[in-house]
Amino acid sequence: MIRLISLVALLLLWQIGAWLSDPHRLPGPAAVFEKIYEEALSGALFSNLAITLARVVAAFALAMSFGAAIGYVMGRNKIADRLLDPWLVVLLNLPALVVIVLAYVWAGLTEVAAIGAVAVNKLPNAIVVVREGARALDPHLEDMAEVFRFSPAARLKHLVLPQLAPYLAAATRSGLSLVWKIVLVVELLGRSNGVGFEINMAFQLFDMKLLLAYALPFVALMLGVETFLVQPLERHVSRWRRGVSRRLDRI
Amino acid sequence: MNDTFRAGGAASLDVSIASKDYHSASGRPLRALEDLRLTLPAGKAGAVVGPSGCGKTTLLRLIAGLDKDFVGTIALPEHGRLGMVFQEPRLLPWRSVTDNIRIAAPHASEEDIAALLDELGLAEHATHFPRELSLGLARRVALARALAAKPDLLLLDEPLVSLDAALARDLREMIARLIDERRITTLVVTHDLREAIALGDRLFLLSARPAHVLATLDVSTPRRHLEKEAAEIIEARAREALAKAHVGPPQSKQ
Repeated sequence: MIRLISLVALLLLWQIGAWLSDPHRLPGPAAVFEKIYEEALSGALFSNLAITLARVVAAFALAMSFGAAIGYVMGRNKIADRLLDPWLVVLLNLPALVVIVLAYVWAGLTEVAAIGAVAVNKLPNAIVVVREGARALDPHLEDMAEVFRFSPAARLKHLVLPQLAPYLAAATRSGLSLVWKIVLVVELLGRSNGVGFEINMAFQLFDMKLLLAYALPFVALMLGVETFLVQPLERHVSRWRRGVSRRLDRI
Repeated sequence: MNDTFRAGGAASLDVSIASKDYHSASGRPLRALEDLRLTLPAGKAGAVVGPSGCGKTTLLRLIAGLDKDFVGTIALPEHGRLGMVFQEPRLLPWRSVTDNIRIAAPHASEEDIAALLDELGLAEHATHFPRELSLGLARRVALARALAAKPDLLLLDEPLVSLDAALARDLREMIARLIDERRITTLVVTHDLREAIALGDRLFLLSARPAHVLATLDVSTPRRHLEKEAAEIIEARAREALAKAHVGPPQSKQ
């Protein structure tokens, strides 16, 4: 309920801002929603949203898979950590724009360059978070697994992943918000479709209705992913904690 | 040089450790075990008793293969399947009691797991998570997990420590009954002489660090039927052996 009130208040503020300013600079909610409807009817909105979402998913999956694997190795192996840490520091401090421009220069204005550039930007963040998780793995439980001769798959399933789950969830959350922002920049700079490309077009034409008509549905889409995918997944992996508190409440 | 191998036939546990060293924080070597030998016939329960900090847990870790940095040899019973109850139960907090037990025996049937839960008085806690259990119950789950693995050698590290007297007595009787019924070769380490007498067919009295076996005493009467007088005689013999070696007797609980 409070969330709804907050959302209505935001719309009201927006409408008041639109009344007080030039409608070309800040169109009101009704005008923007009308434009969204138009773009949806033509099919352009959904195809651009789908293209951008596919890029987000591909870049995110690449960055999380490599980031989790490298972060785990660095967290468990001191030599690997010392060897790769300087690279990690370089990647962490490399501006996203530099990576994107370099990728387009080296690999051309291609899909591979676009997705690769986004993945490289997200990679160090995933590595750092998962490395911390791997460092915090409980050695007592590893001894237990050794005594009971867990297979490598059982170790991963029963021991490593449950302990890394909060770290993976944190990396997913921060990663998704970072990835979709960078995907828009990548599309703006070097792709001929997607939400970023449409926003660039709107900017060139100074069409604020079109700009907001693409920006808002995409934000809503990412909110949906966070609410209906990331949060339930997080609740699922930490359900054992909730189960405990529920039962303790009954005592 | 170290070696851990599996003996064949009706083999026993045979431990012969020339030395086990640690390095202190300052880098100075510390000898934990020296010239320590013990042999346990198959199907028997041994109890290693010694003062706190003498290296009992270190010995257990070597036998379990968790630490391979020692000089000597350790021969495990045939197949070498291990079950171990650690001082802290070391249950997976994100798995239920049943899953924690099943994890050590992935091929066990539902009926086997249910029977084990029942036998250890855990049936009503089957779906609980470890954080919902008292220490006594968590130790029982750890014991059930160790038994589910159908071990050739069961290792128990201070299984009754930090429990109040009544709980310790109940668990001690449960452990004694289970290892008697299953005839599992078992090694218990404890700092409590009476606990050792209650659980072991053979007692190994350890010196202070660097630990070695001061004396080995056999408890001829089945433990469950050991009368109070007999237990007192064994305790007196153990204390005498320790006194001869000029080592203070291990602590005993009432």
